[in-house]
Amino acid sequence: MKIHEYQAKEILRKYNVAVPNGKVAFSSDEAVEVAKGIGGELWVVKAQIHAGGRGKGGGVKVAKSLDEVRELSGEILGMRLITHQTGPEGRLVKRLLIEQGVNIEKELYVGITLDRAQSKNVIMVSTEGGMEIEKIAAESPEKIIKETIDPEVGMQAYQARKLAFGLGLKDLQYKNAVKFLSALYQAYEATDASLAEINPLVVTKEGDVMALDAKMNFDDNALFRHPEIVELRDLDEEEPLEIEATKHNLNYIKLDGNVGCMVNGAGLAMGTMDIIKLAGGEPANFLDVGGTANKETVASGFKIILSDPNVKAILINIFGGIVRCDRVAQGVIDAVNEIKVGIPIIIRLEGTNAKEAGELLQNSGLNFEVAGSLKDAAEKVTSVLN
Amino acid sequence: MSILVDKKTRLVVQGITGGEGSFHTKQMIAYGTKVVAGVTPGKGGQNFEGVPIYNTVADAVKEQKANTSVIFVPPSFAADAILEAANAGIKLIVCITEGIPVKDMVKVFNSIKNKDVRLIGPNCPGVISPGKAKIGIMPGFIHKKGNVGVVSRSGTLTYEAVKQLSDLNIGQSTGVGIGGDPIVGSQFIDIIKLFNEDPDTLGIVMIGEIGGSAEEEAAAYIKKYVKKPVVGFIAGRTAPAGRRMGHAGAIISGGKGTAKEKMEAMKKAGIKVVDSPAEIGITMQKALLNLNGKSTTTTVQKAKGAAANKKTGVKTGKATTNSSSKKGAAATKKSSLTANKAAGTAKKSTKLVKKAIVVKSASAGTAKKPALVKSKKK
Repeated sequence: MKIHEYQAKEILRKYNVAVPNGKVAFSSDEAVEVAKGIGGELWVVKAQIHAGGRGKGGGVKVAKSLDEVRELSGEILGMRLITHQTGPEGRLVKRLLIEQGVNIEKELYVGITLDRAQSKNVIMVSTEGGMEIEKIAAESPEKIIKETIDPEVGMQAYQARKLAFGLGLKDLQYKNAVKFLSALYQAYEATDASLAEINPLVVTKEGDVMALDAKMNFDDNALFRHPEIVELRDLDEEEPLEIEATKHNLNYIKLDGNVGCMVNGAGLAMGTMDIIKLAGGEPANFLDVGGTANKETVASGFKIILSDPNVKAILINIFGGIVRCDRVAQGVIDAVNEIKVGIPIIIRLEGTNAKEAGELLQNSGLNFEVAGSLKDAAEKVTSVLN
Repeated sequence: MSILVDKKTRLVVQGITGGEGSFHTKQMIAYGTKVVAGVTPGKGGQNFEGVPIYNTVADAVKEQKANTSVIFVPPSFAADAILEAANAGIKLIVCITEGIPVKDMVKVFNSIKNKDVRLIGPNCPGVISPGKAKIGIMPGFIHKKGNVGVVSRSGTLTYEAVKQLSDLNIGQSTGVGIGGDPIVGSQFIDIIKLFNEDPDTLGIVMIGEIGGSAEEEAAAYIKKYVKKPVVGFIAGRTAPAGRRMGHAGAIISGGKGTAKEKMEAMKKAGIKVVDSPAEIGITMQKALLNLNGKSTTTTVQKAKGAAANKKTGVKTGKATTNSSSKKGAAATKKSSLTANKAAGTAKKSTKLVKKAIVVKSASAGTAKKPALVKSKKK
C-alpha cells in the first residue's frame, strides 16, 4: 500500500525521525493558515499525489510570502500533474503539503527495503541525493553504501555510524545522521513497511539532518495488524475499477490494451496476458479470479472487464484443478445471459470436467469461441482481432 | 526416484481441521499420501478421517514419526507454525498459506536457514512425486509418473505445464511449486540442484515470473553444472513496472526483475526459453527426443552391453544411470573440472534411460518411432 508524503512524514515524526515542520492543506485558505502556523519567511508548497517526479512536473514551488503561498496553492490544487510515473493523463492534485523552507547544505539519499536475494532488509545511503537510486546504482554503484540488517538483533549503532561516516558527515551533522538513520529503521520495522525512501535527505547549515521528501510503502499482507495505516488509504489515487474489483475479492489491474482476460491464478494470468500479446493483441487487464472461481466471481469479473471501453474481446482461461470446469462454464453462461456481452468471448477451460464444460458451452446457444488448448486460444484471439 | 517426497514421506497436516486443511487432507489421502497425523492446538486426542490429531507438532513427530509437514494455518499464525515444525524435528515443511507478512518471513527464513530442514513455500501449491505422494493442493490427476522435474513460482501455470507434458506422455519425477512470495524457503537454484542430482530426472521445466533475481541465479548455476535439458518460461512480459501482479513477489521494481532480463539470462545459460506458455510441453518433448537421438549413436555399445545383463531395456537404462549419476553428483562437489567429466558421464547414461523411455512410450506416439528404430538397427 502507498501513502502520501505528508502521511509518511507524520509517521516518521512519531518515531522521532527529523522532518521539516509542515502540515497538509486541502484549500488555499487552509494552506495560508498552515503557513502562518509554521511561521518564518520561506515555505514550500508541495502537491500530494502517489507518484514521483512532482518537482519536475511543476508540483513543488517555493513561496516567499503568505500571498505567494495562497497564489501557488491555488495554481497547484486542481491541476493535472503529469510526471514520468503518472502516465500522460496525469493525476488530479487534491491535497497539498505546506512546509517550512530549509537551509539546505547537502542533499543525500537513504532508502530501506527488502533484499530478496539475502532475505534480509538492507539500508542504503548515497551522497548523490535527489537522483534516482536506480540511476546511481547503474552509473556509479560505488557511491552507494549498504548495510544488511540481521533480523535477530535489528539495526545496530555501529551500522548507523558506518553509514553516517560513509556520507562524509562530521560533528553535529554526523551525530544527527546517526540518530536519523536509527530512528528511520525503527519506523520501517515497526510499521511493516516494504519501502522507506528519503530522497533527498538533507543536512542544513545549522547541522540538522532531515527528510525533505519521504516515501513509504507498506506490506499489504501485514496491514491486518496496522489499522492506523489502512486509514491512510486514499481511494482517489487508485483506479476505480480496481477498487470495485477488490470488493468482489478479485485481483484486477487495469492496463491499456484491447483484449480483456479472466484467469485463475496469478502466474497463469500473467502467462495469458503474454499470450494475448503474442497473438497480436494487447492485454487490457490482469485479472485473477482466485482458486475458487464460481458463478458470482465470473459475473463480477465480466462486469469489471466490460466497464473498460477499450476492450474488443475477452479471453477466459481457467485451469480447473480443484475447481470443476463445468461449474465455471455454467457461471460464464449465466453471466453472459444476464449481462449481454456484445464482444467476442474466447473461452478455454482445462482440467476437471473440461469435456462437460465444452459441451455446456457449445449447447448454450451463445456465441463463444471455445478453445481446446492454450495455443488454440491464442490463435482464436488473433482471428477475432483481425 | 524423485526428490523431496516419496513413499517414505510421513505427513503431518498443520491446521487439519480448518476448511482448506480438511479438504486437502482428504485429497492427499485419496492420492495415496501417508498422512500420519494432524495438528490443531486444543484438539489433541480427536481424529480426522481416521488421522490422529495432536496438540503439537512435537507430539506428532514422537507418536507417528512424522517427517514432513504441510501447513494450512491462516497467515497470521503461519510463521509460528513453520518454526514449530522446524523445531519439532520435521525435515521438510511445505507451507501453502498465502499472505504471510514479509517481516515474519524474514525472521523465519533466517532462523531456519542453518538448520537441517527444508522449507517449500509459502504461498505455493506444494510438492508432488506422481504415483508416490502429493503434499499440497495441486490436482493429482493431471500428473503422470516419469522423468521430468518441474519447478515453478506459480500454481495454475504449473498445472498447465504439467498437463501439456502428461498429454504428450511425458511423466514427471517431481513437481515443486516454490511459491510466489518475495521470501520463499527454497529457491529455483535449491530445487534445480536436487533435480540435477536425481538420476531419474532427465529434463527440467522451470517456470519463473517477474520480480526478484532468483531465475538469474538459477540460470548461472545451470550454465555451470546442469547438463540435463532445461525448458524455461517467464510469466509477465506484459506486466507494467511497479505493480504487484497478484503474487506478492511478482513486481518489477526499480527497473529490475523484468521478464526480458530473466529470459536473456536463461537463454545465455543454454536454457530453452519459450515465448509462449503453450510451448512448454512440446519444447521439452523435442529436447528429450534430441537427447535420445544423440544417445543412439554415442552410447549404443554401452547399451548393448547392459542389455545383455538385463532382460528389458527399461530396467537396464535405469540401473546404469543410477550408479554413474551418483558418481557424477559426488564428483561435482570436488572440482569444476571433474564436475564436467562427471556430468559427461551422467549425460551419457541419462541418454540410456531416455531410450528406455522412448521404448516405453513409443506405442503411444508415432513421432518417437524413428528414434526407436534407429537404436534397434544399431
